[in-house]
Amino acid sequence: MTPSSLKKLALLPVLLLLSGCDWVVMNPSGDIAAQQRDLIILSTVLMLIIIVPVIFLTLFFAWKYRQSNKTAKYDPDWHHSTKLEIVIWAAPLVIIMILGAVTWTSTHLLDPYRPLDRLAPGRTAEGVKPLKVQVVALDWKWMFIYPELGIATVNELAAPVDTPIDFDLTASSVMNSFYVPALAGQIYAMPGMRTKLHAVINKPGVYDGFSANYSGEGFSHMRFKFHGMNRADFDKWAAEVRKSNDRLDGTRYLVLEKPSEKVPPQRFASVEAGLFDKAVNRCVEPGKMCQHDMMAIDKSGGLGMAGVYNVTTLEYDKRTRRGEGGIRSFIAALCAPKSAPAEAR
Amino acid sequence: MSPDLVKTIFGRLTWDAIPLHEPILIGTFGVVALGGITVLAALTYFKVWGYLWREWLTSVDHKKIGVMYIILAIIMLLRGFADALMMRAQQAIAFGDAAGYLPPHHYDQVFTAHGVIMIFFVAMPLITGLMNLVVPLQIGARDVAFPFLNNFSFWMTVGGAITVMLSLFVGEFARTGWLAYPPLSGLAYSPDVGVDYYIWSLQIAGVGTTLSGINLIVTIVKMRAPGMSLMKMPVFTWTSLCSNVLIVASFPILTAVLALLSSDRYLGTNFFTNDFGGNPMMYVNLIWIWGHPEVYILVLPAFGVFSEVVSTFCSKRLFGYSSMVYATVVITILSYIVWLHHFFTMGSGASVNSFFGITTMIISIPTGAKIFNWLFTMYRGRIRFEVPMMWTVGFMVTFVIGGMTGVLLAVPPADFVLHNSLFLIAHFHNVIIGGVVFGMFAGIVYWFPKAFGFKLDPFWGKLSFWFWQIGFFFAFMPLYVLGLMGVTRRVSHFEDHSLQIWFVISAFGAVLILFGIISFVMQMVVGFMKREQLADKTGDPWGGRTLEWSTSSPPPAYNFAFTPVIHEIDAWHDMKQRGYVRPTTGFIPIHMPKNTGAGVVLAGISVVVGFAMIWQIWWLAVISFVALVASAIIHTFNFKRDYYIPAEEVVRVEDARTEALRSLA
Repeated sequence: MTPSSLKKLALLPVLLLLSGCDWVVMNPSGDIAAQQRDLIILSTVLMLIIIVPVIFLTLFFAWKYRQSNKTAKYDPDWHHSTKLEIVIWAAPLVIIMILGAVTWTSTHLLDPYRPLDRLAPGRTAEGVKPLKVQVVALDWKWMFIYPELGIATVNELAAPVDTPIDFDLTASSVMNSFYVPALAGQIYAMPGMRTKLHAVINKPGVYDGFSANYSGEGFSHMRFKFHGMNRADFDKWAAEVRKSNDRLDGTRYLVLEKPSEKVPPQRFASVEAGLFDKAVNRCVEPGKMCQHDMMAIDKSGGLGMAGVYNVTTLEYDKRTRRGEGGIRSFIAALCAPKSAPAEAR
Repeated sequence: MSPDLVKTIFGRLTWDAIPLHEPILIGTFGVVALGGITVLAALTYFKVWGYLWREWLTSVDHKKIGVMYIILAIIMLLRGFADALMMRAQQAIAFGDAAGYLPPHHYDQVFTAHGVIMIFFVAMPLITGLMNLVVPLQIGARDVAFPFLNNFSFWMTVGGAITVMLSLFVGEFARTGWLAYPPLSGLAYSPDVGVDYYIWSLQIAGVGTTLSGINLIVTIVKMRAPGMSLMKMPVFTWTSLCSNVLIVASFPILTAVLALLSSDRYLGTNFFTNDFGGNPMMYVNLIWIWGHPEVYILVLPAFGVFSEVVSTFCSKRLFGYSSMVYATVVITILSYIVWLHHFFTMGSGASVNSFFGITTMIISIPTGAKIFNWLFTMYRGRIRFEVPMMWTVGFMVTFVIGGMTGVLLAVPPADFVLHNSLFLIAHFHNVIIGGVVFGMFAGIVYWFPKAFGFKLDPFWGKLSFWFWQIGFFFAFMPLYVLGLMGVTRRVSHFEDHSLQIWFVISAFGAVLILFGIISFVMQMVVGFMKREQLADKTGDPWGGRTLEWSTSSPPPAYNFAFTPVIHEIDAWHDMKQRGYVRPTTGFIPIHMPKNTGAGVVLAGISVVVGFAMIWQIWWLAVISFVALVASAIIHTFNFKRDYYIPAEEVVRVEDARTEALRSLA
């Protein structure tokens, strides 16, 4: 037998187990998720080399050296064997060295921040223009902005097949995790922070997406459908989104951001430029200082005492918008735009 | 009364806080109240209040404190397990149009409480209790280094548990998950009392845990019998030492991070808020720098129990003692450099993720070595399948599966698809039930005759083992599958009906575990009823190898009339081999610590402080805090802290034992 057919033989039980099942993590439709699946199988098989003999020996020794079996050798003072000690430390060590090497390379190759270099095994991603999607996790729904197409959706994500998707993610209030199991592993979407994910979908279809990190009351239904489409279908879909009467701007964002559950998909024909950056920097509210400005001021030494007076109390904030009352302060922008309410200036 | 006055007097506490509209809670309250009244009435009827106060509640005897810790753990296990059953039932029925019986508001509290209670008020008291009971006996000491501190630590743990239980009937518990990540746990998104209950119960219990860690380290380092060098210590004592080192080094981090969160919630600081430069990631890092060592705090003593049990019931010296000790120490050190594997998916770079992934895998090497050591202890042994040994074999088979899925989760790209899924839930229950719970149960059955003088009923013990073992596989294997189907944790309602069958199987498993728990309690009840039959007069019912088996069961208050001298590993086995003769004359008075009620008082006041802070009853918080400090100072003026057991009393006790041993021979 050749080594490769041996490898296949070793994988046979695992494959048999998986073939009959519709387990999305084990049977994904995107190249990244497929590589992650392969890694699960490889690691499991590597570890089974140790685990199976251990379980077998445990049961075998337990049976063989039972008290009633007087024929088994009994050696009450035998407690050391240098050779055995070397084996029992070396065997796991070897497995972990192999697994460690696999971990180092795969973690770098499948780093969600790394742009894709292939679309599928043997198909390079070079020359294929990625689709940019900006994701904002809201309480409790997902907002998707397609900056290049100038459109946006809520709780509905679509992408052409065999095209790299370049996600930027953030959240408006609490931590969520963006996860489409058929597409690729999850990545957290967190307020005031920007995370990234690169992925590609290889088969057209409708897939489940959801938040994988508990985020409060409406978490269980924070789900959306991800549509993998042929290029032509995707263009048609985008054109349909453009026909919508809705447009997404800061004001609309602030309404959408309010907690709500089981929100049906919504479409927006156009998007205010830079909305995602404002969401990341937590300054969609007019008159509120953006985090990157704040950090730039702090970096250059801060405003000193003057900065204290800039913390203006306003009827802002989630608590108020959630109808929970209370007044919280925030830091006002130094040059408030005209649209800002008077008391913020 | 004016609303302002009411608010001044009662803070946030109003009638709305009493969950009169929640039938489940009212029912629970009814049962708890009825049970409580029955117990109190029985105590009064049998006139045991005085006995209970003098002999148990105020006791500084490490054995009694150990037993009380374990009783606390078993009571809290019932609560934590009730939460588990509620979750399994909800997830088994809440599909499509059926909303289930728990709305998210309640369900979210249930899973938070389940995690908090099982870790802090079941697993922690179990290990602390067992260490308290066994360690001083194993090292030939008469008590721990700081006996009053021990009593105080226990009552602070009880105080934390009472605070959690209060949230059931007054107000509500956190709806944040058991680690209460901000910003969700911040004031902006959790303005009510739930997170405050969480913070204060952990802070109160945390004081106890940290102090008891210090106490046991000093005990092990300073109070070993002459001749017991570090490399002659029993393995359970070794693992206890490492576990307590971890406690002392990690619990202050938990205290600090919760203090920062409290500061955000009470004082308006912005450590972990979204705005004003707050950084929730800092909380996530800090809580896991405590949280990861915490799992080793729990599992190391369990490893110690298995080492004792396997060598005793194989009637054979432990294979590879030194290798076992070094493996324990390596795990202790490594457990500090793996915390980031709990959040690979929060966007760390590939190099950071690989570093923490690989350090995590490295832990499996010493752990694997331990498994092999137990395996080769069984090799050429004479294995007696008493209940503790059954738990041990069950552990070896179950735990390696959990270990395997753990290493799998340590591969970052694999974690990206499995993190937060039910696969993860299955993994950590696999190691915590298969490792910690099985270990503690093995330990309880093993050392029970030492503590009480009779063995537990083996029939119910074996039944308990099989129910737990089989129930575990039914309850958690489906969760592995669901994880691979992309199902996330903490979901209270599903749309996809094809998942339901797996949840139903899992719920069935939970019911089997319920029978396991009932059988576990039954083995104590039946054991107590058959205590004459199951009595242990020798003090060494299992053919033990370590010092605790050299005294009577239960041991006298002073443990050892003469401090033993140690020559070998497995000191008691060595003494038996060399024809040890128990001294029967020459007894002298023994210096012992005296009982005190200060621990109960201080912990009681701490609960009041916590309650006042939770409900923002500021006047009560101030008064009770002053009372707390004053009581602590007053306690320092209590100079009646010790007494001598007169030589005649020692002679009487030892003669009785001589008589008992002679009647056996």
